[in-house]
Amino acid sequence: MIISVASGKGGTGKTTVAVNLALSLKNIEFLDCDVEEPNAHIFLKPRIGGERKASVPVPEVDETKCTYCGKCREVCVYHAIAVLPGTESRKGSVLVFPHLCHGCGACSLLCPGGAIKEVDKEIGIIEIGEKEGMQFIHGCLNIGEAMSPPLIRQVKSYINPTRTVIIDAPPGTSCPVITAVKGSDFCVLVTEPTPFGLNDLILAVEVLRKIKIPFGVIINRSDIGDGKVEEYCGNENIPILMRIPFSREIAVSYSEGAPIVEKDASYQDKFINLYLNICGIKNEANSHH
Amino acid sequence: MKQIAIISGKGGTGKTVVTGSFAALAKNKVMVDCDVDAADLHLLLHPTVKERHEFRSGQTAVIDKKLCKKCGKCAEVCRFEAVKSEFSIESFSCEGCGLCSHVCPHNAIRMEDNRSGEWFVSDTRHGSFVHAKLGIAEENSGKLVAKIRQVAKELAERQALDYVIIDGPPGIGCPVIASLSGVDCALVVTEPTLSGLHDAKRVMEVVAHFNIPIKLVVNKYDLNLLMTGKIEEFCRSLNVPVIGKIAFDKTVVKALVEGTTVVEYAECAVSNEVRKIWEDLQ
Repeated sequence: MIISVASGKGGTGKTTVAVNLALSLKNIEFLDCDVEEPNAHIFLKPRIGGERKASVPVPEVDETKCTYCGKCREVCVYHAIAVLPGTESRKGSVLVFPHLCHGCGACSLLCPGGAIKEVDKEIGIIEIGEKEGMQFIHGCLNIGEAMSPPLIRQVKSYINPTRTVIIDAPPGTSCPVITAVKGSDFCVLVTEPTPFGLNDLILAVEVLRKIKIPFGVIINRSDIGDGKVEEYCGNENIPILMRIPFSREIAVSYSEGAPIVEKDASYQDKFINLYLNICGIKNEANSHH
Repeated sequence: MKQIAIISGKGGTGKTVVTGSFAALAKNKVMVDCDVDAADLHLLLHPTVKERHEFRSGQTAVIDKKLCKKCGKCAEVCRFEAVKSEFSIESFSCEGCGLCSHVCPHNAIRMEDNRSGEWFVSDTRHGSFVHAKLGIAEENSGKLVAKIRQVAKELAERQALDYVIIDGPPGIGCPVIASLSGVDCALVVTEPTLSGLHDAKRVMEVVAHFNIPIKLVVNKYDLNLLMTGKIEEFCRSLNVPVIGKIAFDKTVVKALVEGTTVVEYAECAVSNEVRKIWEDLQ
Protein backbone atom coordinates (compact mmCIF):
# COMPACT_ATOMS: atom_id res chain seq x y z
CA MET A 1 0.00 0.00 0.00
CA ILE A 2 1.17 3.50 -0.86
CA ILE A 3 0.05 6.24 1.54
CA SER A 4 0.86 9.83 0.70
CA VAL A 5 0.69 12.70 3.17
CA ALA A 6 -0.22 16.07 1.68
CA SER A 7 -1.85 19.41 2.51
CA GLY A 8 -2.78 22.51 0.58
CA LYS A 9 -1.31 24.86 3.15
CA GLY A 10 2.29 24.51 4.19
CA GLY A 11 3.41 24.01 7.77
CA THR A 12 0.32 22.13 8.91
CA GLY A 13 2.24 19.03 9.99
CA LYS A 14 2.67 16.79 6.92
CA THR A 15 6.19 15.75 7.86
CA THR A 16 5.20 15.22 11.51
CA VAL A 17 2.40 12.86 10.48
CA ALA A 18 4.46 11.03 7.82
CA VAL A 19 7.45 10.52 10.12
CA ASN A 20 5.47 9.41 13.17
CA LEU A 21 3.30 7.07 11.12
CA ALA A 22 6.44 5.53 9.61
CA LEU A 23 8.08 5.09 13.02
CA SER A 24 4.96 3.38 14.42
CA LEU A 25 4.77 0.68 11.71
CA LYS A 26 6.96 -2.14 10.42
CA ASN A 27 8.30 -2.87 6.93
CA ILE A 28 8.21 0.77 5.80
CA GLU A 29 9.74 2.53 2.85
CA PHE A 30 9.77 6.29 3.36
CA LEU A 31 9.97 8.62 0.33
CA ASP A 32 10.42 12.35 0.99
CA CYS A 33 9.01 13.90 -2.18
CA ASP A 34 9.13 17.49 -0.91
CA VAL A 35 12.28 17.88 -2.96
CA GLU A 36 12.33 21.68 -2.74
CA GLU A 37 12.46 21.60 1.05
CA PRO A 38 13.02 18.02 2.24
CA ASN A 39 12.78 17.83 6.05
CA ALA A 40 11.96 14.23 6.99
CA HIS A 41 15.66 13.35 7.38
CA ILE A 42 15.88 15.89 10.22
CA PHE A 43 13.46 13.76 12.26
CA LEU A 44 14.31 10.26 11.02
CA LYS A 45 18.10 10.75 11.01
CA PRO A 46 18.65 7.87 8.56
CA ARG A 47 22.08 6.45 7.82
CA ILE A 48 22.64 7.53 4.20
CA GLY A 49 24.30 4.72 2.27
CA GLY A 50 24.17 5.97 -1.30
CA GLU A 51 23.80 9.07 -3.39
CA ARG A 52 22.80 9.37 -7.06
CA LYS A 53 22.71 12.40 -9.27
CA ALA A 54 19.26 13.12 -10.68
CA SER A 55 19.17 14.62 -14.13
CA VAL A 56 16.86 15.48 -16.99
CA PRO A 57 17.68 14.98 -20.66
CA VAL A 58 18.36 18.22 -22.55
CA PRO A 59 19.23 18.55 -26.23
CA GLU A 60 22.74 18.93 -27.58
CA VAL A 61 23.00 19.88 -31.24
CA ASP A 62 25.70 18.49 -33.50
CA GLU A 63 26.23 21.48 -35.78
CA THR A 64 28.12 19.36 -38.32
CA LYS A 65 24.82 17.60 -39.07
CA CYS A 66 22.43 20.53 -38.47
CA THR A 67 20.92 22.19 -41.54
CA TYR A 68 19.24 24.97 -39.51
CA CYS A 69 15.86 23.88 -40.86
CA GLY A 70 14.13 25.08 -37.69
CA LYS A 71 12.09 21.91 -37.05
CA CYS A 72 13.33 21.68 -33.42
CA ARG A 73 12.34 25.29 -32.71
CA GLU A 74 8.95 24.67 -34.28
CA VAL A 75 8.15 21.59 -32.15
CA CYS A 76 9.51 22.91 -28.85
CA VAL A 77 6.47 24.36 -27.06
CA TYR A 78 8.66 25.51 -24.16
CA HIS A 79 10.75 27.84 -26.34
CA ALA A 80 13.91 26.11 -25.18
CA ILE A 81 15.58 26.13 -28.63
CA ALA A 82 16.25 29.07 -30.93
CA VAL A 83 17.52 28.61 -34.50
CA LEU A 84 19.14 31.35 -36.55
CA PRO A 85 19.18 30.23 -40.18
CA GLY A 86 22.41 30.75 -42.08
CA THR A 87 22.82 33.43 -44.77
CA GLU A 88 25.28 33.61 -47.67
CA SER A 89 27.79 35.46 -45.54
CA ARG A 90 27.20 33.73 -42.20
CA LYS A 91 26.77 30.23 -40.84
CA GLY A 92 23.52 29.46 -38.97
CA SER A 93 23.42 28.76 -35.27
CA VAL A 94 21.29 26.96 -32.66
CA LEU A 95 20.86 28.09 -29.07
CA VAL A 96 19.58 25.78 -26.31
CA PHE A 97 18.08 27.17 -23.08
CA PRO A 98 18.30 24.18 -20.71
CA HIS A 99 16.36 25.86 -17.84
CA LEU A 100 13.25 26.07 -20.08
CA CYS A 101 13.53 22.46 -21.30
CA HIS A 102 11.01 19.92 -19.92
CA GLY A 103 12.98 16.99 -21.35
CA CYS A 104 10.11 15.79 -23.56
CA GLY A 105 12.47 14.59 -26.30
CA ALA A 106 10.45 16.07 -29.20
CA CYS A 107 13.41 17.93 -30.74
CA SER A 108 15.75 14.96 -30.85
CA LEU A 109 13.11 12.52 -32.06
CA LEU A 110 11.76 14.82 -34.77
CA CYS A 111 15.02 16.33 -36.08
CA PRO A 112 15.12 15.23 -39.74
CA GLY A 113 18.92 15.18 -39.83
CA GLY A 114 19.47 13.24 -36.60
CA ALA A 115 21.56 16.18 -35.40
CA ILE A 116 20.22 16.30 -31.84
CA LYS A 117 21.19 13.94 -29.08
CA GLU A 118 20.18 14.26 -25.45
CA VAL A 119 22.64 14.83 -22.66
CA ASP A 120 22.04 14.74 -18.91
CA LYS A 121 21.59 17.98 -17.01
CA GLU A 122 21.82 17.56 -13.26
CA ILE A 123 18.81 18.92 -11.35
CA GLY A 124 19.40 17.50 -7.90
CA ILE A 125 20.44 14.46 -5.91
CA ILE A 126 18.71 11.40 -4.56
CA GLU A 127 19.96 9.97 -1.26
CA ILE A 128 19.19 6.43 -0.17
CA GLY A 129 19.42 5.40 3.44
CA GLU A 130 18.15 3.21 6.22
CA LYS A 131 16.80 3.66 9.72
CA GLU A 132 16.29 0.56 11.88
CA GLY A 133 14.92 -1.52 9.01
CA MET A 134 13.05 1.35 7.39
CA GLN A 135 14.15 2.19 3.85
CA PHE A 136 14.60 5.92 3.36
CA ILE A 137 14.85 7.83 0.08
CA HIS A 138 14.73 11.55 -0.53
CA GLY A 139 15.36 13.96 -3.34
CA CYS A 140 16.98 17.36 -2.98
CA LEU A 141 16.49 19.89 -5.79
CA ASN A 142 19.49 22.00 -6.78
CA ILE A 143 19.37 25.69 -5.86
CA GLY A 144 18.03 27.84 -8.71
CA GLU A 145 16.38 24.85 -10.41
CA ALA A 146 12.73 25.61 -11.25
CA MET A 147 11.20 22.24 -12.07
CA SER A 148 10.72 19.72 -9.28
CA PRO A 149 8.35 17.14 -10.92
CA PRO A 150 11.10 15.24 -12.81
CA LEU A 151 13.03 14.78 -9.55
CA ILE A 152 9.86 13.71 -7.71
CA ARG A 153 9.20 11.11 -10.45
CA GLN A 154 12.75 9.80 -10.02
CA VAL A 155 12.37 9.50 -6.23
CA LYS A 156 9.14 7.58 -6.83
CA SER A 157 10.89 5.18 -9.19
CA TYR A 158 12.35 3.63 -5.99
CA ILE A 159 8.89 2.55 -4.77
CA ASN A 160 9.23 -0.92 -3.26
CA PRO A 161 5.94 -2.82 -3.67
CA THR A 162 6.86 -5.32 -0.92
CA ARG A 163 6.70 -2.57 1.68
CA THR A 164 4.20 -0.08 3.06
CA VAL A 165 5.27 3.09 1.28
CA ILE A 166 4.84 6.48 2.95
CA ILE A 167 5.24 9.55 0.74
CA ASP A 168 5.81 12.98 2.29
CA ALA A 169 4.43 15.36 -0.37
CA PRO A 170 5.20 19.07 -0.93
CA PRO A 171 2.62 21.76 -0.01
CA GLY A 172 0.30 23.41 -2.54
CA THR A 173 -2.12 22.04 -5.10
CA SER A 174 -0.26 22.16 -8.42
CA CYS A 175 2.16 19.98 -10.40
CA PRO A 176 4.66 19.03 -7.65
CA VAL A 177 1.88 17.78 -5.33
CA ILE A 178 0.07 15.93 -8.10
CA THR A 179 3.30 14.27 -9.21
CA ALA A 180 3.98 13.21 -5.61
CA VAL A 181 0.52 11.79 -4.76
CA LYS A 182 -0.33 10.27 -8.16
CA GLY A 183 -0.56 6.47 -7.89
CA SER A 184 -1.13 6.46 -4.10
CA ASP A 185 -3.73 4.08 -2.67
CA PHE A 186 -4.68 6.64 -0.05
CA CYS A 187 -3.84 10.25 0.74
CA VAL A 188 -3.83 11.76 4.22
CA LEU A 189 -4.54 15.51 4.15
CA VAL A 190 -3.16 17.38 7.15
CA THR A 191 -4.79 20.69 8.00
CA GLU A 192 -5.30 23.13 10.85
CA PRO A 193 -8.62 24.58 12.03
CA THR A 194 -8.12 28.14 10.75
CA PRO A 195 -9.57 29.98 7.73
CA PHE A 196 -6.24 29.45 5.90
CA GLY A 197 -6.23 25.74 6.74
CA LEU A 198 -9.83 25.34 5.57
CA ASN A 199 -9.38 27.33 2.35
CA ASP A 200 -6.36 25.27 1.32
CA LEU A 201 -7.95 21.99 2.45
CA ILE A 202 -10.91 22.62 0.12
CA LEU A 203 -8.48 23.13 -2.79
CA ALA A 204 -6.58 19.94 -1.92
CA VAL A 205 -9.85 17.98 -1.69
CA GLU A 206 -10.84 19.19 -5.17
CA VAL A 207 -7.49 17.99 -6.52
CA LEU A 208 -7.79 14.52 -4.93
CA ARG A 209 -11.36 14.14 -6.19
CA LYS A 210 -10.19 15.07 -9.67
CA ILE A 211 -7.34 12.60 -9.67
CA LYS A 212 -9.52 9.99 -7.90
CA ILE A 213 -7.46 9.10 -4.86
CA PRO A 214 -9.34 8.19 -1.64
CA PHE A 215 -8.45 10.45 1.27
CA GLY A 216 -9.11 11.45 4.85
CA VAL A 217 -8.19 14.42 7.02
CA ILE A 218 -6.01 14.91 10.09
CA ILE A 219 -6.64 18.10 12.06
CA ASN A 220 -3.43 19.29 13.67
CA ARG A 221 -3.45 21.82 16.53
CA SER A 222 -7.10 20.82 16.69
CA ASP A 223 -7.95 22.93 19.73
CA ILE A 224 -6.92 26.32 18.31
CA GLY A 225 -8.89 28.28 15.71
CA ASP A 226 -12.53 27.51 14.94
CA GLY A 227 -14.85 24.59 14.15
CA LYS A 228 -15.26 25.23 10.43
CA VAL A 229 -12.91 22.45 9.25
CA GLU A 230 -14.92 19.90 11.29
CA GLU A 231 -18.13 21.33 9.85
CA TYR A 232 -16.81 21.16 6.28
CA CYS A 233 -15.62 17.54 6.66
CA GLY A 234 -19.00 16.61 8.16
CA ASN A 235 -20.93 18.18 5.28
CA GLU A 236 -18.69 16.59 2.66
CA ASN A 237 -18.60 13.14 4.33
CA ILE A 238 -14.82 13.30 4.61
CA PRO A 239 -13.47 11.03 7.36
CA ILE A 240 -11.49 12.79 10.10
CA LEU A 241 -8.77 10.26 10.81
CA MET A 242 -7.11 11.91 13.78
CA ARG A 243 -7.00 15.10 15.84
CA ILE A 244 -3.72 16.26 17.34
CA PRO A 245 -4.23 18.98 19.98
CA PHE A 246 -1.76 21.84 20.28
CA SER A 247 0.88 21.20 22.87
CA ARG A 248 3.85 23.36 23.62
CA GLU A 249 5.90 20.19 24.30
CA ILE A 250 5.12 18.80 20.83
CA ALA A 251 5.98 22.18 19.27
CA VAL A 252 9.28 22.35 21.15
CA SER A 253 10.27 18.75 20.37
CA TYR A 254 9.39 19.40 16.72
CA SER A 255 11.70 22.42 16.76
CA GLU A 256 14.53 20.16 17.96
CA GLY A 257 13.88 17.53 15.31
CA ALA A 258 12.40 14.95 17.70
CA PRO A 259 9.43 12.82 16.54
CA ILE A 260 6.33 12.85 18.81
CA VAL A 261 6.43 9.05 19.33
CA GLU A 262 9.89 9.36 20.87
CA LYS A 263 8.62 11.92 23.41
CA ASP A 264 5.19 10.45 24.12
CA ALA A 265 4.93 6.69 23.54
CA SER A 266 1.12 6.79 23.71
CA TYR A 267 1.15 8.37 20.25
CA GLN A 268 2.51 5.15 18.75
CA ASP A 269 -0.88 3.43 19.32
CA LYS A 270 -2.64 6.45 17.86
CA PHE A 271 -0.58 6.23 14.67
CA ILE A 272 -1.09 2.44 14.46
CA ASN A 273 -4.82 3.12 14.75
CA LEU A 274 -4.51 5.72 12.02
CA TYR A 275 -3.00 3.07 9.76
CA LEU A 276 -5.73 0.53 10.62
CA ASN A 277 -8.34 3.21 10.02
CA ILE A 278 -6.87 3.92 6.57
CA CYS A 279 -6.85 0.17 5.73
CA GLY A 280 -10.49 -0.04 6.83
CA ILE A 281 -11.58 2.88 4.64
CA LYS A 282 -9.60 1.48 1.73
CA ASN A 283 -11.17 -1.99 2.07
CA GLU A 284 -14.64 -0.53 2.33
CA ALA A 285 -14.03 1.53 -0.82
CA ASN A 286 -12.79 -1.59 -2.67
CA SER A 287 -15.83 -3.64 -1.64
CA HIS A 288 -18.08 -0.96 -3.16
CA HIS A 289 -16.42 -1.25 -6.57
CA MET B 1 8.81 52.19 -6.66
CA LYS B 2 10.07 49.29 -4.58
CA GLN B 3 9.06 45.62 -4.91
CA ILE B 4 9.25 43.50 -1.76
CA ALA B 5 8.65 39.73 -1.73
CA ILE B 6 7.85 37.81 1.46
CA ILE B 7 9.03 34.19 1.25
CA SER B 8 9.97 31.41 3.67
CA GLY B 9 11.16 28.16 2.11
CA LYS B 10 9.15 26.16 4.64
CA GLY B 11 5.39 26.59 4.52
CA GLY B 12 3.28 27.78 7.42
CA THR B 13 5.89 30.00 9.07
CA GLY B 14 3.64 33.09 8.98
CA LYS B 15 4.30 34.74 5.60
CA THR B 16 0.67 35.68 5.01
CA VAL B 17 0.10 36.87 8.59
CA VAL B 18 3.08 39.24 8.22
CA THR B 19 2.17 40.29 4.67
CA GLY B 20 -1.45 40.95 5.70
CA SER B 21 -0.22 43.31 8.41
CA PHE B 22 1.95 45.14 5.88
CA ALA B 23 -1.23 45.72 3.85
CA ALA B 24 -2.70 47.53 6.85
CA LEU B 25 0.50 49.49 7.60
CA ALA B 26 1.89 50.46 4.19
CA LYS B 27 0.56 53.48 2.32
CA ASN B 28 0.57 53.86 -1.47
CA LYS B 29 1.04 50.25 -2.43
CA VAL B 30 -0.46 47.36 -4.30
CA MET B 31 -0.65 43.92 -2.71
CA VAL B 32 -0.05 40.75 -4.75
CA ASP B 33 -0.72 37.16 -3.69
CA CYS B 34 1.75 35.01 -5.61
CA ASP B 35 0.92 31.78 -3.75
CA VAL B 36 -1.47 31.04 -6.60
CA ASP B 37 -2.05 27.37 -5.84
CA ALA B 38 -2.96 27.90 -2.18
CA ALA B 39 -3.79 31.61 -1.97
CA ASP B 40 -4.84 32.86 1.47
CA LEU B 41 -4.24 36.63 1.61
CA HIS B 42 -7.78 37.31 0.32
CA LEU B 43 -9.10 35.83 3.59
CA LEU B 44 -7.62 38.85 5.41
CA LEU B 45 -8.20 41.51 2.74
CA HIS B 46 -11.75 40.56 1.62
CA PRO B 47 -11.37 41.86 -1.93
CA THR B 48 -14.14 43.29 -4.09
CA VAL B 49 -13.25 41.98 -7.54
CA LYS B 50 -13.10 44.77 -10.17
CA GLU B 51 -11.52 42.85 -13.04
CA ARG B 52 -11.59 39.14 -13.74
CA HIS B 53 -9.44 37.58 -16.48
CA GLU B 54 -9.03 34.07 -17.75
CA PHE B 55 -5.49 32.75 -17.73
CA ARG B 56 -4.64 30.42 -20.58
CA SER B 57 -1.33 28.68 -20.66
CA GLY B 58 -0.02 25.61 -22.39
CA GLN B 59 -1.92 22.81 -24.04
CA THR B 60 -3.13 19.30 -23.32
CA ALA B 61 -3.29 16.38 -25.74
CA VAL B 62 -6.66 14.86 -26.63
CA ILE B 63 -6.99 11.51 -28.40
CA ASP B 64 -9.83 11.13 -30.91
CA LYS B 65 -11.22 7.65 -30.15
CA LYS B 66 -12.64 7.31 -33.68
CA LEU B 67 -9.26 7.79 -35.34
CA CYS B 68 -7.11 5.99 -32.75
CA LYS B 69 -5.89 2.54 -33.86
CA LYS B 70 -4.33 1.78 -30.44
CA CYS B 71 -0.88 1.35 -31.97
CA GLY B 72 0.78 2.61 -28.80
CA LYS B 73 3.23 4.98 -30.47
CA CYS B 74 2.05 7.88 -28.24
CA ALA B 75 2.57 5.94 -25.01
CA GLU B 76 6.02 4.88 -26.23
CA VAL B 77 7.26 8.47 -26.70
CA CYS B 78 5.49 10.17 -23.76
CA ARG B 79 7.86 10.90 -20.89
CA PHE B 80 5.21 12.17 -18.49
CA GLU B 81 3.25 8.93 -17.97
CA ALA B 82 0.21 10.73 -19.41
CA VAL B 83 -1.11 8.07 -21.83
CA LYS B 84 -3.37 5.66 -19.97
CA SER B 85 -3.63 1.98 -20.90
CA GLU B 86 -6.99 2.47 -22.64
CA PHE B 87 -5.46 5.20 -24.85
CA SER B 88 -6.83 8.33 -23.32
CA ILE B 89 -4.77 11.20 -21.91
CA GLU B 90 -4.55 11.79 -18.18
CA SER B 91 -4.82 15.58 -18.42
CA PHE B 92 -3.16 16.34 -15.08
CA SER B 93 -0.05 14.40 -16.14
CA CYS B 94 0.22 15.86 -19.65
CA GLU B 95 2.81 18.64 -19.91
CA GLY B 96 1.58 19.70 -23.33
CA CYS B 97 4.79 18.99 -25.24
CA GLY B 98 2.81 17.74 -28.24
CA LEU B 99 5.27 14.98 -29.14
CA CYS B 100 2.44 12.39 -29.23
CA SER B 101 0.50 14.52 -31.72
CA HIS B 102 3.57 14.71 -34.00
CA VAL B 103 4.31 10.98 -33.96
CA CYS B 104 0.74 9.60 -34.15
CA PRO B 105 0.57 7.82 -37.55
CA HIS B 106 -3.23 8.28 -37.72
CA ASN B 107 -3.44 11.98 -36.82
CA ALA B 108 -5.67 11.02 -33.94
CA ILE B 109 -4.19 13.43 -31.38
CA ARG B 110 -4.88 17.15 -31.24
CA MET B 111 -3.61 19.74 -28.76
CA GLU B 112 -6.14 21.92 -26.92
CA ASP B 113 -5.50 25.16 -25.05
CA ASN B 114 -5.60 24.94 -21.25
CA ARG B 115 -7.68 27.24 -19.15
CA SER B 116 -5.17 27.21 -16.33
CA GLY B 117 -6.82 29.66 -13.99
CA GLU B 118 -8.10 33.15 -13.39
CA TRP B 119 -6.58 36.37 -12.15
CA PHE B 120 -8.22 39.36 -10.56
CA VAL B 121 -7.66 43.04 -9.84
CA SER B 122 -9.58 43.98 -6.71
CA ASP B 123 -10.27 46.80 -4.28
CA THR B 124 -9.80 46.26 -0.57
CA ARG B 125 -9.96 48.43 2.54
CA HIS B 126 -6.19 48.73 2.13
CA GLY B 127 -6.06 49.59 -1.56
CA SER B 128 -5.52 47.57 -4.72
CA PHE B 129 -4.93 43.84 -4.66
CA VAL B 130 -3.90 41.59 -7.55
CA HIS B 131 -4.53 37.89 -7.01
CA ALA B 132 -5.24 34.66 -8.86
CA LYS B 133 -6.67 31.21 -8.65
CA LEU B 134 -4.94 28.35 -10.40
CA GLY B 135 -7.39 25.85 -11.88
CA ILE B 136 -7.74 22.54 -10.03
CA ALA B 137 -4.81 20.24 -10.86
CA GLU B 138 -3.45 22.72 -13.40
CA GLU B 139 0.19 23.51 -14.01
CA ASN B 140 2.21 26.59 -14.96
CA SER B 141 1.83 28.37 -11.65
CA GLY B 142 5.15 30.13 -12.36
CA LYS B 143 3.67 31.73 -15.49
CA LEU B 144 0.56 32.82 -13.59
CA VAL B 145 2.81 34.37 -10.92
CA ALA B 146 4.77 36.22 -13.62
CA LYS B 147 1.49 37.46 -15.11
CA ILE B 148 0.04 38.92 -11.90
CA ARG B 149 3.39 40.47 -10.96
CA GLN B 150 3.48 42.24 -14.31
CA VAL B 151 -0.12 43.48 -13.81
CA ALA B 152 0.70 44.75 -10.29
CA LYS B 153 3.88 46.47 -11.45
CA GLU B 154 2.07 48.26 -14.26
CA LEU B 155 -0.69 49.31 -11.87
CA ALA B 156 1.91 50.67 -9.42
CA GLU B 157 3.65 52.61 -12.20
CA ARG B 158 0.39 54.03 -13.55
CA GLN B 159 -0.78 55.18 -10.12
CA ALA B 160 2.71 56.27 -8.99
CA LEU B 161 2.61 53.92 -5.99
CA ASP B 162 5.60 53.43 -3.70
CA TYR B 163 5.45 49.67 -3.13
CA VAL B 164 4.49 46.35 -4.67
CA ILE B 165 4.19 43.93 -1.74
CA ILE B 166 4.30 40.27 -2.76
CA ASP B 167 3.09 37.34 -0.65
CA GLY B 168 5.22 34.49 -1.98
CA PRO B 169 4.68 30.72 -2.13
CA PRO B 170 6.63 28.16 -0.06
CA GLY B 171 9.43 26.09 -1.56
CA ILE B 172 12.32 27.08 -3.83
CA GLY B 173 11.02 26.07 -7.28
CA CYS B 174 9.30 27.64 -10.23
CA PRO B 175 6.66 29.88 -8.53
CA VAL B 176 9.21 31.10 -5.94
CA ILE B 177 11.70 32.02 -8.63
CA ALA B 178 8.92 33.84 -10.52
CA SER B 179 7.97 35.69 -7.30
CA LEU B 180 11.56 36.82 -6.75
CA SER B 181 12.65 37.92 -10.19
CA GLY B 182 13.50 41.62 -10.21
CA VAL B 183 12.40 42.43 -6.63
CA ASP B 184 14.31 45.01 -4.59
CA CYS B 185 14.23 43.05 -1.36
CA ALA B 186 13.25 39.57 -0.17
CA LEU B 187 11.97 39.22 3.40
CA VAL B 188 12.39 35.67 4.67
CA VAL B 189 9.96 34.69 7.44
CA THR B 190 11.13 31.63 9.33
CA GLU B 191 10.49 29.83 12.62
CA PRO B 192 12.94 28.60 15.28
CA THR B 193 12.89 24.94 14.31
CA LEU B 194 15.50 22.75 12.63
CA SER B 195 13.19 22.51 9.60
CA GLY B 196 12.67 26.29 9.55
CA LEU B 197 16.42 26.92 9.59
CA HIS B 198 17.16 24.19 7.03
CA ASP B 199 14.54 25.55 4.63
CA ALA B 200 15.42 29.21 5.20
CA LYS B 201 19.05 28.40 4.34
CA ARG B 202 17.98 26.86 1.03
CA VAL B 203 15.65 29.69 0.04
CA MET B 204 18.29 32.26 1.03
CA GLU B 205 20.71 30.52 -1.33
CA VAL B 206 18.11 30.94 -4.09
CA VAL B 207 17.73 34.65 -3.25
CA ALA B 208 21.52 35.09 -3.23
CA HIS B 209 21.72 33.22 -6.55
CA PHE B 210 19.63 36.04 -8.08
CA ASN B 211 21.63 38.77 -6.28
CA ILE B 212 18.66 40.09 -4.32
CA PRO B 213 19.14 41.78 -0.91
CA ILE B 214 17.73 39.65 1.97
CA LYS B 215 16.28 40.49 5.37
CA LEU B 216 14.94 37.96 7.85
CA VAL B 217 12.26 37.71 10.53
CA VAL B 218 11.94 34.91 13.11
CA ASN B 219 8.29 34.18 13.86
CA LYS B 220 7.26 32.47 17.14
CA TYR B 221 10.88 33.08 18.22
CA ASP B 222 10.19 32.26 21.88
CA LEU B 223 9.12 28.66 21.12
CA ASN B 224 12.81 27.77 21.02
CA LEU B 225 15.29 30.48 22.03
CA LEU B 226 18.26 28.23 21.32
CA MET B 227 17.17 27.71 17.70
CA THR B 228 16.42 31.44 17.37
CA GLY B 229 20.00 32.05 18.48
CA LYS B 230 21.28 29.61 15.85
CA ILE B 231 19.28 31.37 13.13
CA GLU B 232 20.65 34.76 14.24
CA GLU B 233 24.17 33.36 14.24
CA PHE B 234 23.70 31.93 10.76
CA CYS B 235 22.35 35.28 9.49
CA ARG B 236 25.31 37.14 11.03
CA SER B 237 27.70 34.85 9.15
CA LEU B 238 26.04 35.90 5.88
CA ASN B 239 25.57 39.57 6.85
CA VAL B 240 21.80 39.13 6.60
CA PRO B 241 20.01 41.53 8.99
CA VAL B 242 17.45 39.95 11.36
CA ILE B 243 14.93 42.80 11.45
CA GLY B 244 12.39 41.32 13.82
CA LYS B 245 11.49 38.57 16.25
CA ILE B 246 7.78 37.93 16.67
CA ALA B 247 6.60 36.16 19.84
CA PHE B 248 4.25 33.17 19.83
CA ASP B 249 0.81 34.57 20.69
CA LYS B 250 -2.62 32.98 20.22
CA THR B 251 -3.97 36.47 19.42
CA VAL B 252 -2.55 35.89 15.91
CA VAL B 253 -4.88 32.90 15.43
CA LYS B 254 -7.82 34.86 16.89
CA ALA B 255 -7.27 37.68 14.38
CA LEU B 256 -7.07 35.11 11.60
CA VAL B 257 -10.35 33.50 12.67
CA GLU B 258 -11.93 36.97 12.63
CA GLY B 259 -10.60 37.42 9.07
CA THR B 260 -8.46 40.41 9.90
CA THR B 261 -4.81 41.30 10.34
CA VAL B 262 -3.18 41.19 13.75
CA VAL B 263 -2.24 44.90 13.69
CA GLU B 264 -5.90 45.83 13.15
CA TYR B 265 -7.20 43.27 15.64
CA ALA B 266 -5.25 44.10 18.78
CA GLU B 267 -2.58 46.27 20.32
CA CYS B 268 -0.11 43.65 21.45
CA ALA B 269 3.58 42.79 21.37
CA VAL B 270 3.10 41.07 18.00
CA SER B 271 1.54 44.15 16.36
CA ASN B 272 4.29 46.38 17.75
CA GLU B 273 6.98 44.08 16.39
CA VAL B 274 5.33 43.88 12.95
CA ARG B 275 5.17 47.73 12.87
CA LYS B 276 8.87 47.86 13.66
CA ILE B 277 9.59 45.37 10.86
CA TRP B 278 7.62 47.41 8.33
CA GLU B 279 9.46 50.60 9.36
CA ASP B 280 12.75 48.82 8.79
CA LEU B 281 11.68 47.65 5.34
CA GLN B 282 10.75 51.15 4.09
